[in-house]
Amino acid sequence: MLELINVSLNLDGDKGQVEILKEINLTLKEKKIYVMTGPNGGGKSSVAKTIMGIYRPTDGKILLDGMDITQLGITDRARLGIGYAFQQPPRFKGMKVGDILNIAASPERETNVCDLLYDVGLCAQDYLNREINASFSGGELKRVEIASILARNLRVAVFDEPEAGIDLWSFQKLTETFENLNKKYDTTIVIISHQERILRLADEVILVSNGTISEITSQEKILGEIERLDSRCDCRNNCSLGGNINVECDR
Amino acid sequence: MLSAIDKKILAEVADLHEIPHGAYNIRKNGEGAGRNTTANIDIVTKKDKPGINVIIKPGTKGESVHIPVILTEGLEDLVYNTFEIGAESDVIIVAGCGIHNSGSKKAKHDGVHEFFVRKGARMKYVEKHYGEGPGSGQRILNPKTIIEVEEGGVAELEMIQIKGVDHTIRDTEVRLHKKARLIVTERLLTTSQQSAESNITVELTGEDSTAQVLSRSVAQDDSQQVFHLNMRGYAKGRGHIQCDSIIMDKARVSSIPEITAFHSDAQLIHEAAIGRIASDQLIKLMTLGLTEKEAEDTILQGFLK
Repeated sequence: MLELINVSLNLDGDKGQVEILKEINLTLKEKKIYVMTGPNGGGKSSVAKTIMGIYRPTDGKILLDGMDITQLGITDRARLGIGYAFQQPPRFKGMKVGDILNIAASPERETNVCDLLYDVGLCAQDYLNREINASFSGGELKRVEIASILARNLRVAVFDEPEAGIDLWSFQKLTETFENLNKKYDTTIVIISHQERILRLADEVILVSNGTISEITSQEKILGEIERLDSRCDCRNNCSLGGNINVECDR
Repeated sequence: MLSAIDKKILAEVADLHEIPHGAYNIRKNGEGAGRNTTANIDIVTKKDKPGINVIIKPGTKGESVHIPVILTEGLEDLVYNTFEIGAESDVIIVAGCGIHNSGSKKAKHDGVHEFFVRKGARMKYVEKHYGEGPGSGQRILNPKTIIEVEEGGVAELEMIQIKGVDHTIRDTEVRLHKKARLIVTERLLTTSQQSAESNITVELTGEDSTAQVLSRSVAQDDSQQVFHLNMRGYAKGRGHIQCDSIIMDKARVSSIPEITAFHSDAQLIHEAAIGRIASDQLIKLMTLGLTEKEAEDTILQGFLK
């Protein structure tokens, strides 16, 4: 359904051009849940932003249902049904939670903004009329961000580390919400995450490191590797080594 | 009789679609065009100079006064209005000024408004400025507002100028007595060659007085804005100024803060920021399907709301 063919990305850095992604080849199939994982700085968010059109590939092609969308901007891709939940969503002085959700809400689908907020563990009565300003905590922002994606009628939804700032109770709810989005609306989901419980949602796990896809594998294999690495380590989910079997933990 | 243009201007500056209920005084092209008083609110024409005295009886609750001004021709108008807000009353005063200038002559309205908010009274004052018209004549508004808030009184000011005024200098002076409170919300949008200057001086003279000034502005095209927000603490009290501007195109914005404490228990804060629309805000709204222009308009609309 969504294909990245030989996609490379160079961005301007302090010392000239930096190679961010190298010949990424990836095919996302309809109605599947993918979890993208790997070390920090490996290129996960860059893949997501390239899918959304925030970054334009230096080379290669992106196809949506066979249509070449490589040259399309963010707005056009959004209208074709691609969505992206920011890792660090912006705040808006003067805009309320209800305003954002109403902009996001798909006209083809009857959306109840209260349900959307419930799905991310927020009370609609407390939040709908709140301004998304500096009074919002990081966790609250993330939840509103996820709700803004749930409001849309999407072919592909990419979530960039959605679990950050989400407490345990909401976490359970959140995983159910992802499954529901996938089943009820046939949305293909890509979640960037290191969390074991998110990995368990995956039909396939995409490992990204050093700007390339190093492996596309099953959740069983990844979870097995994480367990082998150090089952008592509290840090393993955020470990820079990413739970890779070939690397020794020198902690 | 009000013409279609008059009605449109009334809707812009006072959210009025017909003659208002309650007390009102409509001034059109330098002359009275309608007045109504109520049992609790009296409006009297000044004898020594142009303008009115609005007298609100002590204990008047939930009533409103509308005093819109309409200019539909090239004219230089100057008024002095005095408001006496009786003790323990709770009222809303809506004072908008709209200019429809279709000629080439300058249309200018300078208003000096003086308020006495008596003990324990609560006043909300809404001032909207609006200009339109196909003529080349300049549209100029220079309001001066002087407010005295007595013990335990509350003054809430909403000052909005969104469109079409070519040149404005707005002076606001507020003096707060014991336990008095001030809340100011200012919204300003300038475009093309327009210029706007806002000078607000707040004096916290009484113990436990508090003041909060929130100013938000957007400067587009070649327009210019200057903010001089000044807070002076003479007694134990708290004052907070927040001045936020979005700058676009070739506009220029100056924000000049001044806070002075004359008392060791005066707590004064000034925050000022000028910057363009953050790109991640634009990108976020575009990922929801808005075009860049729509995203920009949505952000500005929210910011100035």
